[in-house]
Amino acid sequence: MESIYQTWPWYVSGPLISLVMFLLLFMGKQFGVSSNLKTMCAIGGAGKFADYFKIDWKAERWNLLFVFGGMIGGFIATHFLSADKVVINEKIAQELADDYHIESAGQAFLPTEIFSNSVLSDPYHIAILLVAGILIGFGTRYAGGCTSGHSISGLSNLQLPSLIATIGFFIGGLMMIHFLFPIIF
Amino acid sequence: MRSLAYVVIGIFFGIVMMKSEAASWFRIYEMFKFGSFHMYGIIGSAVVLGVMGIQIIKRKGIKAFGHVEMELQPKIKSVPRYLFGGIIFGLGWALAGACPGPIFVLIGAGFPSVLIVLAGALIGTFFYGLLRKYLPH
Repeated sequence: MESIYQTWPWYVSGPLISLVMFLLLFMGKQFGVSSNLKTMCAIGGAGKFADYFKIDWKAERWNLLFVFGGMIGGFIATHFLSADKVVINEKIAQELADDYHIESAGQAFLPTEIFSNSVLSDPYHIAILLVAGILIGFGTRYAGGCTSGHSISGLSNLQLPSLIATIGFFIGGLMMIHFLFPIIF
Repeated sequence: MRSLAYVVIGIFFGIVMMKSEAASWFRIYEMFKFGSFHMYGIIGSAVVLGVMGIQIIKRKGIKAFGHVEMELQPKIKSVPRYLFGGIIFGLGWALAGACPGPIFVLIGAGFPSVLIVLAGALIGTFFYGLLRKYLPH
């Protein structure tokens, strides 16, 4: 029982994620979170500006319920299952401290230097979070899916487009960490 | 009843994202620095089991509850949209350290700053809707 409070190893977590995908498949739905962004825009009235958002959003209600559950799950894990600290490879943690003065690895779930509430008074940090979000929203809708829709659902269904998208995810991620981080942080 | 099922599956997903630490910025950074097998193991094992399960579903013609077809629609064939869209998302994924699923999970976990990432994601989605006809697909 004690191990439930530790970090769940990959060979437990990975199969549980595919279980989520199969549960949704048995419910007649396809696992993919980023389409909720489109649905939320549609609910907000974006259909007045672009046909892309003229959809019957009620058909996507199930996915909103799914992410609502995800939020409750995040709350439960933080408050009752001690998901509060992330310990990573020591060498990488040291590099983060040396190169970017991000020193909270091993002490927090997210780097306090980027996500703590005190950072919210700094316009530069707000801009970083906002731009990151814009890239995520624009990119996932352009690619027609994110990590769940392409890298899990799509690859599991052996879809070539999802492989191309996943390769793109990694090209973008590697570019950000290796070339842009030294400029941004 | 079905609505409740989606919420419950979502709760389970949220807990897995937190306890696997796939929702942690640190794990995403470590992954792109090739510092640990953890994230590769998570995605890899999920895909291997996913491929096996979907092959079984297809070969045995297993139906979803209510005897409807499983939702396994192939994506439209194209290269630029998946590659360019993928790269743009990858840039944001590494910067925020979160993909769309974890964004929602982290807000529930009590990180108000992630609401800014969500606001950005909705703005980005809106921009895509506006610019879509000018982009190569």
